[in-house]
Amino acid sequence: MSFKGWWLAFALVVFPGFLTTAATGMLLTWIDRFVSARVQWRKGPPVYQPLADFLKLLLKQVVVPAGASRLVFLMAPLVGFAGATLVSVMLPYANFSPGGTFVGDIIVIVYLFALPPLAVIAGASASRNPVAAVGASREMTLYFAYELPFVLALLVPIVKILRVPGTDLSQAIRLGEIVAFQQANGPFLYSVSGVIAGLIILLVIQAKLGYVPFDMAEAEQEIMSGVFAEYSGAPLAVLRLTRAMMFVSLPLFAITVLWGGFADWWAVLKFLVIVVLTILIRNTNPRLRVDQALKLFWFAGGVLGILAVVLAYMGL
Amino acid sequence: MRDPRIWGLKKSPWVYHVAAASCNNCDIEILELLTPRYDVERFGIVLVGSPRHADALLVTGVLNRKSLPRVLEVYEQTPKPCLVIGIGTCTCSKQIFRNSYNAVGPYDKHLPIHAYVPGCPPKPEAMILGVVRALAKL
Repeated sequence: MSFKGWWLAFALVVFPGFLTTAATGMLLTWIDRFVSARVQWRKGPPVYQPLADFLKLLLKQVVVPAGASRLVFLMAPLVGFAGATLVSVMLPYANFSPGGTFVGDIIVIVYLFALPPLAVIAGASASRNPVAAVGASREMTLYFAYELPFVLALLVPIVKILRVPGTDLSQAIRLGEIVAFQQANGPFLYSVSGVIAGLIILLVIQAKLGYVPFDMAEAEQEIMSGVFAEYSGAPLAVLRLTRAMMFVSLPLFAITVLWGGFADWWAVLKFLVIVVLTILIRNTNPRLRVDQALKLFWFAGGVLGILAVVLAYMGL
Repeated sequence: MRDPRIWGLKKSPWVYHVAAASCNNCDIEILELLTPRYDVERFGIVLVGSPRHADALLVTGVLNRKSLPRVLEVYEQTPKPCLVIGIGTCTCSKQIFRNSYNAVGPYDKHLPIHAYVPGCPPKPEAMILGVVRALAKL
């Protein structure tokens, strides 16, 4: 392999790809559990808890349910994991070398973010478990619910860049350009449309991670972990790791498109603010039904999203 | 600590709660373990919704002819290695149903049990001790 090939492999596997993001994700998972415990006046698990969970699951027996589609059931977690890994490589590139990104990578990232939920739906449907099928249908509805306001919120930075004379679409849909634009003109978040888009993205992060109030796809009390009901051992470990990596990528993505990118070390604080907000929303809200989530995202989120795009077009 | 499988299992035993026709007293007392007062998540113990995720099954109640196949099925659904811990005096024998045609006796006649925690219901401290003893056997 050439030097570039080795470098790409290193970027994918070690930094900023799989290993770095997985380690950060595990740390965030611990922060999540710790803050949740503190909210409930508990002590909470030790720092190495996510690692212990991961190792235990990785080395445990893998049960494939009788009659399940073996290939899809076992491949689905890997597909979602691949999506999360690719996102985790692309986002730091956009932030640290804005020139090194390609045209349309924001669209690619939107699709890569769709891979983990799609993989979960495919795996749950392949497991031949009625409870997992209910979870898969909920996950699917939820996915269609949050994708509309998500894309509308992402239109806000694109429209804001397009408003500036002399820019065209090929610049506006490039993450590097979005970061560079914000570093020159200030974050998009500090405007009316930016705040609306930020609120929408905060809710979408919650839904994409499957956290309360949007955890109806894996409601433990009613449908026994739903989409994950049949997963055990290593595939479950991969699914949980994928979620941990998304927990890194989604706030990072929100910062990249709206909050000025990873320009300075304040970005770490911004990152933690988003993470802690997510955790607090998770701990202070009841679970919504899937139809309530659909109404929230399409009617409230959709209308607000369109409003944000119009405001951005007007320059607010 | 030589075997990472055992290390992981000891540090994060996920618990699935099998209520096999108990009077619900033990079940309520199990939930007590998750409250701020006892907070077993300190030791990585969490209650999971599916036996596929479980490392330890907490069984409660006098085993009878109807619940035995279900308990065995849940045990078979659980990926191995897994612990089975009997919570409550009911799991240790047939109790007041000793003359009943329906009671089929203590759990260890039918599946491997790692620890019994007697009590009606057992105190949360006793349950923690039971789990610790069961984990120490590994």
